[in-house]
Amino acid sequence: MKKTYKIEVDCAACAAKMEEAANKTAGVKEATVAFMPQKMKVEFEEGVDESAVMAEVLRNCKKVESDCEIFL
Amino acid sequence: MTKKQKKVLIRIIISAVLVVAFSLISVENQYIRLVLFLIPYLIIGYDILKKAVLGIVNGQVFDENFLMALATVGAIILGEYIEGTAVMLFYQIGELFQSYAVGKSRRNISALMDIRPDYANIEQDGQLEQVDPDDVEVGTVIVVQPGEKIPIDGVIVGGNSTLNTSALTGESLPREVHEGDEVISGCVNLTGLIRIETTKEFGESTVSKILDLVENSSMKKSRSENFITRFAKYYTPAVCIGALALALLPPVGNLMMGNPANWSQWVIRALTTLVISCPCALVISIPLSFFGGIGGASSKGVLVKGSNYLEALSETKYVVCDKTGTLTKGVFEVTHIEAADGVTEDALLEMAAYAESYSNHPISKSLKDAYGKRTVEQIDAARVSDVEEISGHGVSAVVDGRKVSAGNVKFMKMLDISYIVPQKTGTEVHVAIDGKYAGYILISDIVKPNAKAAIAGLKAAGVKQVIMLTGDTKNVAEAVAAELGVDVVKSELLPADKVAEVERLLAEKGEKERLAFVGDGINDAPVLSRADLGIAMGALGSDAAIEAADIVLMDDDPAKISTAMNISRKTLGIVHQNIMFALVIKFACLGLGAIGFVNMWWAIFADVGVMIIAVLNATRTLKS
Repeated sequence: MKKTYKIEVDCAACAAKMEEAANKTAGVKEATVAFMPQKMKVEFEEGVDESAVMAEVLRNCKKVESDCEIFL
Repeated sequence: MTKKQKKVLIRIIISAVLVVAFSLISVENQYIRLVLFLIPYLIIGYDILKKAVLGIVNGQVFDENFLMALATVGAIILGEYIEGTAVMLFYQIGELFQSYAVGKSRRNISALMDIRPDYANIEQDGQLEQVDPDDVEVGTVIVVQPGEKIPIDGVIVGGNSTLNTSALTGESLPREVHEGDEVISGCVNLTGLIRIETTKEFGESTVSKILDLVENSSMKKSRSENFITRFAKYYTPAVCIGALALALLPPVGNLMMGNPANWSQWVIRALTTLVISCPCALVISIPLSFFGGIGGASSKGVLVKGSNYLEALSETKYVVCDKTGTLTKGVFEVTHIEAADGVTEDALLEMAAYAESYSNHPISKSLKDAYGKRTVEQIDAARVSDVEEISGHGVSAVVDGRKVSAGNVKFMKMLDISYIVPQKTGTEVHVAIDGKYAGYILISDIVKPNAKAAIAGLKAAGVKQVIMLTGDTKNVAEAVAAELGVDVVKSELLPADKVAEVERLLAEKGEKERLAFVGDGINDAPVLSRADLGIAMGALGSDAAIEAADIVLMDDDPAKISTAMNISRKTLGIVHQNIMFALVIKFACLGLGAIGFVNMWWAIFADVGVMIIAVLNATRTLKS
């Protein structure tokens, strides 16, 4: 299951950090963050609760980049 | 400017005014000076300080916020109040500029691809009602007025008009459409009101697919982007550790040698290197360049599915082309008529067209088309009788009471009729009337008008070899190849042979060279996916081709291949310029900073100035 989310992040390095943080989150198979279109594409593991995983992704991203935002 | 940017701008102005004002008044007491300068410093830098602290708490120690916080706090502790505040001030100016420039180019690029229709008109009780295209079901009749975009793919059920397809194809010539024609979404209706019965849902329509593809292209990152991301990950901590060493080791060394330690001098040098080393210029300018390149390409009707493909295109040294439909039009036309003595060309064509009139073979069709064009007369079926097809040879029929035999060389030999051997290449149709040779007609696939220029363009763009693969016969293939300037030609290939041929070429080429295959996407999907880079052309409305290819040319103009190549080379050129420029300036300043030749002001240029220049350079990719 793949989903694309709109994000807000100020710099490309921060986007890379978000990508790393999202990829480390349990339940995420692969996450890609594209800085220019301000989008995050997440592929979930089978049978996970997407909204719970995304809440965790957002929490982890906030840790590495405090003023980023994911529009869930 | 966004709200956030405006807020930063106001902070920059206030703090800049305060810094200038405070530096003009002379205050003797150091503590009062400190308090005075802390006001503009905190106004401009509070968020950076906060992020730096949060970063440390969350284990993200060495990021650029940390660099800036450390450098400026260090400077203030050493009594360099103006410099400390100025560094923070310029850093924020740089960040503001960056976010403004990036936002602006993002909007520009989005405007290039502004093909998303906002509404669809549905007629209800004689009134037009605007609805969300997402809510329109398949089979609904929608109305498109002049000046409006076609929102959903469908078939015209009423009205004639001309369409502007330039947003999709980059082709500015308007296209005429009539009742019964299929139309695709994203075109702009120019002249007449048309009614369209939709054949797809909005989400499945061409315009949605294209937008999806372009918006997702940034997800596939190029090697340059990955390199920079990895680079930044190790570079920033390495610089921090280096700066720490620079602040500690020389003074300690001095002490051990019995000299004065000179702490403040070395700490200032360390802080200077911290400011210089900020990696923003690199990290921002590279995705921006690729985004601009992809946006610029799509405005010319070339859809690139990822930054990695744009990168691969710039490294392409071998271009393998399919012939029919790619370099040639894929439609057969009469190219030459050679009548025997005593027969006119028109009579020869007339007899051949009538003899073949019952066949649906492409050859027969082209004869009928040529006859129709010359005389404007329709084929009168009553004039033909006793049609007999001799498989693999030709056809004989009685036309106006005369026995006409039309077919290939084998047919003439079978009938024991001597024939003229054509000088030019093409598919030959020899004609005999009442057992007497009447001449021959040559039928060829027409080379696309831009094909020759396209191949010359590829060569000019650095392609080593252009290879043409075709299922056509050897002499036809070689004639086309010679006309177009193709280097290598492989003829009489079955579809499976084409895959084998591409695999052989892939094995032969150098490691850093890329091989692109260009096809019309109809039955070459296996080859498209096998090559390093699959380019499908004429893909407008063909979902299969859009799926299979890495780069999609929206119309069937082969010149688009070299256009795409030039855009990719320009983009990669800018990317490399930026990488080199930023690294050279940074390392030069770092080196000079460490030995004390660069002061804080130069350091600010090395950071903010380089970043601004790199971003401006990156925005050039849009203008191609």
